[in-house]
Amino acid sequence: MLFTSLPFVLFVAVLVVVYYAFVPHNERWGLLLIASLAFYFFADPKYLIFISVTALTAYIFAILTEDYNSKRKAYLKEHKAEWDADYKKRYKTVTTRVTRLLLFFALLICLGIIAVTKYTNFVIETINSMRSEPLSFVNVIVPMGISFYTFQTVSYSIDVARGTVKAQRNFWKFLLFVSFFPQLVQGPISRYGDLSQTLYEPKNFDFRGVSYGFLRILWGYFKKLVVADRLVIALKTLTGSPDEYKGAFVFVVMMLYAAQLYCDFTGGIDITIGIAQMLGITVKENFDLPYFSKNIKEYWNRWHITMGTWFTDYIFYPLSVSPTMLKLSKWSRQHLGNEVGKRVTVYISCFAVWLATGIWHGAAWHFVVWGLMNFVVIMASQELEPLYAKFHGKFSFKGRHWYSAFEILRTFLLMSSLKLFDCYRNVGLTFKMFGSMFTTFNIGKVFGGSLLELGLTRGDYMVAFLAIIAVFLVSLYKYLRGVNLREFLFDKYPLFVLSCVVLFLCIVVFGAYGTGFDASQFIYNQF
Amino acid sequence: MDELIEILKDLHSDVDFETCTTLIDDKILDSFDIVSIVSEVDDKFDVAIPAKELIPENFNSAKALWDLITRLSED
Repeated sequence: MLFTSLPFVLFVAVLVVVYYAFVPHNERWGLLLIASLAFYFFADPKYLIFISVTALTAYIFAILTEDYNSKRKAYLKEHKAEWDADYKKRYKTVTTRVTRLLLFFALLICLGIIAVTKYTNFVIETINSMRSEPLSFVNVIVPMGISFYTFQTVSYSIDVARGTVKAQRNFWKFLLFVSFFPQLVQGPISRYGDLSQTLYEPKNFDFRGVSYGFLRILWGYFKKLVVADRLVIALKTLTGSPDEYKGAFVFVVMMLYAAQLYCDFTGGIDITIGIAQMLGITVKENFDLPYFSKNIKEYWNRWHITMGTWFTDYIFYPLSVSPTMLKLSKWSRQHLGNEVGKRVTVYISCFAVWLATGIWHGAAWHFVVWGLMNFVVIMASQELEPLYAKFHGKFSFKGRHWYSAFEILRTFLLMSSLKLFDCYRNVGLTFKMFGSMFTTFNIGKVFGGSLLELGLTRGDYMVAFLAIIAVFLVSLYKYLRGVNLREFLFDKYPLFVLSCVVLFLCIVVFGAYGTGFDASQFIYNQF
Repeated sequence: MDELIEILKDLHSDVDFETCTTLIDDKILDSFDIVSIVSEVDDKFDVAIPAKELIPENFNSAKALWDLITRLSED
């Protein structure tokens, strides 16, 4: 059931009506669980087995871990006075090892499932590229949204082991956390501590929340159907014939893909958060105007926020502050000097994070290289920081409007060029095509009617262009005023209603349906 | 506390760490800075800050960080 399909729209509409009209407010989470499992069942009944095993594993191990931790703390408290400091330390070390062992088994099963289903054929493909007798590929199902729900269960297991969240003792409630249907398709990656606060609590009908949610869903569909699904047609043609479309066409690919990916991904997240909002549930924001970032670090703090914070909290920090890394840090500071030495462990951890980010995005080498290229750019900008500081000390550009615009444009172009790895899906080809921008001068061909041979008409380009301008203006309003346009519109209610009607008409009239178009899957659904 | 302020000043000399209480909220300290601080604290105070303590509340001000160091050294 695609987010953009009519059955899905009807599914959500019926759910919202039944949710508020027929189900007691303290039992509404139960209906959400049924709806989530039904959504998954309609996608493929076999998916239910995978998600249930992952949920059950995390559920059981979390309870075992929490019970063990409570017992060991009580035992320590009871015998604190009798034991000397050394014995207490030994007891803590041994019992911590048991907690870690329980966590290890939970993660082994959860991550094992994703490793086998998502990455087996990738490993086989890589081995095959190095030997003459190829191994045959295995026929495995990749459950929808496995990367998202696995990351949610992994963070839950770690948080329970750390004692920062309490284990959920009701399996059905926990299963809802793992399978909450709006975020199964493309995230965000919710944390149990955040989502559980609103997922299970009794909910009353809130007119403002439902209205906000409804407008946000329309906005999401607008971005997805009017912009993303229209541009994807041209992108497929451009990237499908790289020999024909090089040089200036690569720049066109960069621009179109930047707009298409943004509208596809943020559109999907708008639909997700909008549905949750209509159901009285608060889901974390996943984007904060990423194309207004002034540097790559800021960009990654604004793009796919829940993924970025997940990698920071569960890979970057634990790795960076592990005893081995601290020892290495000490050693490198002694031998390489304080300035260089203190960066060694940070960079090693950062490398691990970007390698994992690349692999998480997909079982293919171009994703791995994309991740590592991000690492290289971040490290380069980090290393060049003193130089920038010196430069800004001499010339007082920083903070001026034109310089801010330059920084934003520079970051946008840099990030858009890295996205080419995702467009061409082949590392060598991506480098070749990027290089062709500087060696093949064919800008005249681009504007000489070639754009009209890509599957889109002049009218399509006009609609997409105007829609992108609308998306840009809404974002600019938030960037400059710090106010969400929905809030502004809601306060002037007739304007709010008018916006809903206009958006609805735009989706119906200009949505990428009909001949030549096919409402496509969200890009992030494949993760 | 003075030694801690020195560590922080070494990272951002232009910040008033004695009074600032929004070091994380205002994105003055980033994840790279936090790892550097943990490493320096381990070195200077012999206190290992575990990953679970790397939360905004513990790093938003020099005082909060000092309280964390004190708590961990007493454990």
